Amino acid sequence: MKPLLRIANLSAGYSGEDIIRGVSLEINAGDFIGIIGPNGSGKTTLLRLCSKVLRPRKGKIYFDNKDIFAMDLKGFCRKVAFVSQDISTGFSFSVMELALMGRIPHLKRLQFETRKDIEICEKALALTDSLGLKEKIVNELSAGERQRAIISRALAQEPVLLLLDEPTAHLDIGHQIQVMDLLKKLNHQNNLTIIMILHDLNLASAYCNRICLLDNGNIFKEGQAEDVLTYKNIEAVYKTVVLVNTNPVTKRPNVVLVPKEI
Amino acid sequence: MNEHLKKKLLVLFLLLGIAVVFGLAQGSVHIPLNSLLLKDNQVIFNMRLLRILAAILVGSGLAAAGIVLQAILRNPLAEPYLLGTSSGAGLAAVIAVILGVSRIYMPLAAFLGAVASIILVYSLASERKKIADRSLILSGVIVSIAFSSIIVFLVSLFGNQALHEMNWWLWGSLQVYDWQLVLLVALPVALGIGVIYLFAQDLNAIQLGEEEAIHLGIDTQNVKNILIIVTALITASLICICGIIGFVGLIVPHMMRQVVGSNHKALIPVTCLAAAIFMVICDIVSRTLFAPVEIPIGVITAIIGAPIFIILLKRGQKVQ
Repeated sequence: MKPLLRIANLSAGYSGEDIIRGVSLEINAGDFIGIIGPNGSGKTTLLRLCSKVLRPRKGKIYFDNKDIFAMDLKGFCRKVAFVSQDISTGFSFSVMELALMGRIPHLKRLQFETRKDIEICEKALALTDSLGLKEKIVNELSAGERQRAIISRALAQEPVLLLLDEPTAHLDIGHQIQVMDLLKKLNHQNNLTIIMILHDLNLASAYCNRICLLDNGNIFKEGQAEDVLTYKNIEAVYKTVVLVNTNPVTKRPNVVLVPKEI
Repeated sequence: MNEHLKKKLLVLFLLLGIAVVFGLAQGSVHIPLNSLLLKDNQVIFNMRLLRILAAILVGSGLAAAGIVLQAILRNPLAEPYLLGTSSGAGLAAVIAVILGVSRIYMPLAAFLGAVASIILVYSLASERKKIADRSLILSGVIVSIAFSSIIVFLVSLFGNQALHEMNWWLWGSLQVYDWQLVLLVALPVALGIGVIYLFAQDLNAIQLGEEEAIHLGIDTQNVKNILIIVTALITASLICICGIIGFVGLIVPHMMRQVVGSNHKALIPVTCLAAAIFMVICDIVSRTLFAPVEIPIGVITAIIGAPIFIILLKRGQKVQ
């Protein structure tokens, strides 16, 4: 099977210094990949490269065998959507207006949204269980509701690949599980390929079929949770002692933090 | 377009119609409405009509320019003159007066000065073909301050009568007598507003953040460049006929955001209409309040605008 996204020997950074140093990774259709790693290890930079926001200094990224940096931006955004941690805006949009922005890549400059676009947005809102919030103002939603609205906008792009930068960062555990369950459902039922940055190792362990551990701009270890989330790997990268046991429900590794002072 | 928006636009059109009729009827000379159309009064009728047209043009143009800059800089305090246009135009006009250039060429001088200052601000702010929001604001402020001080310097050095006449200009005026000039300015302003409307959805996305817009397939740098040039041209064109009129480009977009929300597809037409009404009313006040003395229109917009602005601000704080 040929990979959906192929990252080939990628190096990139800001003002001369490389943050990503020769990363290669293949992502297959249907994957649910978690990117983990300590602060400054290059997770966000890697995702910014995959979403065409940042250009690499060296190396290539291929989507469906096409060099993404040679692809037309709108065409690319019809296939790949991005969900950020949160959107903070002083300006007020309704949830439906936000979702309709997801149709931008599908519309030409002089083209207005049709009934079909509205139906696609309503479907996206229904998938994230936010159809009832349609008329609500985004700024007035709770963090969990807002994150669902942002995911709806991404789904309105009708992507085959979804990139997410810590979508659960500002959420309590109830909403974290809700968002992760939603993504898992989309991954299974809609065959949406997902690449997401996660800070919570246990969420990554529970939901991702592959985990990519970054350290200092390189892939330290990549594979299934059992192979990546070992106490040795975590200690080597995070410089922190942890215990790893098994989550009794998922049978996946469960990382337990060990305080130095009790 | 949804039904709500249609209704709001209809109401605004009606209000504009009423304001226009009222504006035609009112003036330093009192003439009953029915005799205004008589041949004897045609000169006055034409003069008033021209002023009202200029007011509509200025209101909608400055409001559209304000909306664009507020959205792309994600700064609610952005206003049309942020790019240094006002002081650039002012400086050029002062220099023209000192050099004894004929009054007919003043609009041209102002336009060139405005364009020159925009180019200066723009090139100061851009680095490797990218414009950072903060450096654009800062360069605009620096260029404005520098040019304003040169204006004051020149006025104090060459303080003659002609320069004192410049005052109307620095506080704005809708005293226009030249049909051709108004039509000449109407063209870029109307076209500019049209172009801005075509970018309504892009502005929505850019408001969420530059990278968010890229994720939605928008070539953000390119769109920003186009829109900055368009707003600069609108402002520079308007400065030629009416000088510097503050507050319209700042407060009317804010007021209308409270009414229709931030969606630019609704916000742009609604704000342009509302700003046109606002200017027509301000013009009536400036002509009639102490007639026959005319108060500079910029003073009126500020006097009416500032309290409205404060009320909105306080209301916004309560909501948050």
